[in-house]
Amino acid sequence: MERIAIVGVGQTKYEARKRGEIFYDMVYEVTDKAMKDAGFTLGDIDNVITVSNDFWDGRTISCMAVQEVAGAHDKNVSTVEGDGSFGAFYGAMRVLGGFGTTLVVAHSKGSEGDSKVITNAMFDPIYHRPLGLDAISSSALQANVYMERSGVTEEEFAHVSVKNHANAKNNPYAQLPMELTVDDVMRSKRIADPLRLLDCSPVSDGAAAIIIANEERAGKALKPPIWIKGVAHCSDAYFLGDRDLGDPRSLRDASQRAYAMAGVSDPLHEIDIVELYDAFSYMEPLWLEGMGFCDAGQGGKMVERGITTVDGELPVNPSGGVLSAHPVLVAGLARIIEVTLQLRSEASARQIDGAKTGLAHGINGPCGQSHCVWILGKE
Amino acid sequence: MTNWFEDVAELTHKGQIKVPYTWSVGEVGSRFLVALRDQKRILGNRCGQCRTVFVPPRNRCGKCFGEIHEWIELGDEGIVTAHTIVRYNHPIQPTPTPFAYAIVKLDGADVGFIHIIKEDLGRLKNGVRVKARFSESRRGHILDIDSFTII
Amino acid sequence: MARRVAIVGTGQTYHRSQRLDVNGRELISEAVIRCLEDCEVSIKDVDAIVIGNMDHFESINYVDAWSVEGSGGHMKPIMKVTTGGTTGTSVAIAAYYHVASGLFDRVLAIGWEKNSESDTSAAIITCSDPIWDRFSYAGAIPSLATEASAYMEQYGVTQEDAARVAVRERAHAGNNPYAHLRKPITIEDVMNSPMLAYPIKLLDVCPRTDGACAVVFAAEGVAEKIALTPAWIKSTSVRHSTTWFGDVDYNTGLVSLTRASKEAFEKTGIRESVEEIDVCELYLPYSYAGLKWIEAIGFCGPGEGPRFVSEGNTDMGGKLPVNPSGGVMSTNCIGATGLIRVAEAAIQIMGKAEKRQVPDVKTAFVTGFGGCWWSDAMVLGKKKPL
Repeated sequence: MERIAIVGVGQTKYEARKRGEIFYDMVYEVTDKAMKDAGFTLGDIDNVITVSNDFWDGRTISCMAVQEVAGAHDKNVSTVEGDGSFGAFYGAMRVLGGFGTTLVVAHSKGSEGDSKVITNAMFDPIYHRPLGLDAISSSALQANVYMERSGVTEEEFAHVSVKNHANAKNNPYAQLPMELTVDDVMRSKRIADPLRLLDCSPVSDGAAAIIIANEERAGKALKPPIWIKGVAHCSDAYFLGDRDLGDPRSLRDASQRAYAMAGVSDPLHEIDIVELYDAFSYMEPLWLEGMGFCDAGQGGKMVERGITTVDGELPVNPSGGVLSAHPVLVAGLARIIEVTLQLRSEASARQIDGAKTGLAHGINGPCGQSHCVWILGKE
Repeated sequence: MTNWFEDVAELTHKGQIKVPYTWSVGEVGSRFLVALRDQKRILGNRCGQCRTVFVPPRNRCGKCFGEIHEWIELGDEGIVTAHTIVRYNHPIQPTPTPFAYAIVKLDGADVGFIHIIKEDLGRLKNGVRVKARFSESRRGHILDIDSFTII
Repeated sequence: MARRVAIVGTGQTYHRSQRLDVNGRELISEAVIRCLEDCEVSIKDVDAIVIGNMDHFESINYVDAWSVEGSGGHMKPIMKVTTGGTTGTSVAIAAYYHVASGLFDRVLAIGWEKNSESDTSAAIITCSDPIWDRFSYAGAIPSLATEASAYMEQYGVTQEDAARVAVRERAHAGNNPYAHLRKPITIEDVMNSPMLAYPIKLLDVCPRTDGACAVVFAAEGVAEKIALTPAWIKSTSVRHSTTWFGDVDYNTGLVSLTRASKEAFEKTGIRESVEEIDVCELYLPYSYAGLKWIEAIGFCGPGEGPRFVSEGNTDMGGKLPVNPSGGVMSTNCIGATGLIRVAEAAIQIMGKAEKRQVPDVKTAFVTGFGGCWWSDAMVLGKKKPL
């Protein structure tokens, strides 16, 4: 792969409800921030990818709401409907395919819709939607399988929540910085067994943007480029009953291909920081297994032993993760932004010293059916 | 610029995307649902290449991408391989909480079948045997199976 | 450096108003299988998939995830791209970039819609801004009618002039076994059809269709081994600028199409478009577009559309045949519509168009239309681009 890099990033503060800003305003804010971060003006943006979803936005052709403020006037532009990590991947392809720069921007206002109705609509309308499945109840099934399979415990899940909400205290963009104990999590309201309230991510509003550039254009940016070393995506089967929910094999496939591109052979020792899509606490250990940071069934132990804390061997979600802010679609892009900030040494109080290589991750579909894995590097 | 927005109640407009839908079940799915409706039987089908027995049945194996022609009658009993007891209420749900979602490996099937369990939740764990309870009035719908009961 | 990319295979369903015999995934798989058979590529050799449709036409959220069994995306990279009416062309362009990036050698593009499953108007109405536009410029017809009436007044164009386009599209559709509406119509038929919003009558507009289309894009070096005559992508261009229907200038031509066409032509060195292009597959959702939008592309001057069409230039056998497939007014499975334009243009270059074949096609031009007066443009060619 030719050398391409992330040269600008911008994000809003993630909040339970943006009172004053509509999609248009949020997208303008982060587009402007990303351009300023790169030291670029509108003329430096060769093409644009927007990311939105008609269900979450309550609007057919949801991308229509944001084209101009994404800087796409009179430019080539397209729209990915899915997590921002997938949108960013298309943006990267367009740089590899000839554009000098791509701006990728995602927006979401979870506060404006009903997340249960919206996620119920990702289930098959004939066989599964009438049962009332949604993101929470289907994920609870996955957590149950995972526990059964590997012996990972609810307490280990609770450790993830404690760690990530504590990390969020050092992230001014996070929505839910919290000082919690494992006990607090274990005593929080039962939602769908084994998931409790504090195992679940919140509903959030926010937007994020990045600028991807080829090597020549990256050299003109204000900040040091953060290189895209590898990126890959993969989807498992759709019907939950067809899948082994305790084995994230599509994540394994995507990770292995991303590692191969990046020349990573020993991820635990070669990757310094991970930002992954922890919509629920159990996802962090399960995804770590899929990414090959530990053997199958060992993710819970990895968390419990403190390996994934900011001071640990492999800091995971120093931003506070998706548990601390879950703007749907934006969340994967926010992971890429956090890794970029870390590799630039711009993560202030949450900075992981000496981070050179990072992994960012996003998911699509029920129970992490589809994954997108990014390997970013300082050099 | 004065921050006049601080002092006013923000305006919001309520709306709903109100579109009626009529989803086609397809020939294969119709055979499955008609069997539920008319015979209280659960049908699956088997991929000729990888031999996987699917339920609900499909016209095409996602993995091998070949057409499926062989029909199999499955048992109306099976084993729970995953479950969750749902504690929150929402209008999308077909029954009041608490109830459970379970992935059931029906006798004769190779993939899991998702449905609900309404009663006896204290006894629910993975590995228990369950049996389909059919609805009195059936209309060719997944809820022609009212729920599964723990044996 | 971008890799060169060609289309090596296409497949479509036999498009119908309603396909009760299949669900959405099964409809998709029909097109995919036909496409893979067309180019003799195994699903195992497909490296990635791009799929698109419009969410609220079937109420499926995360179609990329839901469709896997029909698309062949089991344990493969799959991504959803959607931009309204331009979805099909957007999917094609995304598949192009997947290959051009150097990351994937064979990419399957899929567009589909099962319009019979919903109330198309109730769904499309919600594309307008909920606060400002939804009560007035809701959906497709009001803004098209505004453009048409302004155009008639500006250039003295008649309803009969527009009807001539509808008659042409239907005549061409008769040669296309996949087309949805294939019965020939006359200018009188169009004039006598019910008025929807002046000056647009029922036979001036596209139908709603159940259908799917699949296209395989392949990289230089791979494409030549798959297809005898690959259809090379020479340029793509997109303009999706406006957000509000009130911002569109209905008195001017379709500005987005003018700009997209200009860029697509410049990238390939086309100067005399009418002379250099052999066949067009244009996204013409209503008859007046067949007059005014060919002016926007630059095939003729402002107000000259009616004469250009009535002289037969755009008919089969004319100087620049437009829509040998019968176009959007004969088949409109919305998420597939743009991709069908691309597929049909590729078929023309590959010489596989049978009864609808235009002789000796070297260069084909494709457009997409949708959203808030947005346009896409693509140039395809028989000769590998430099």
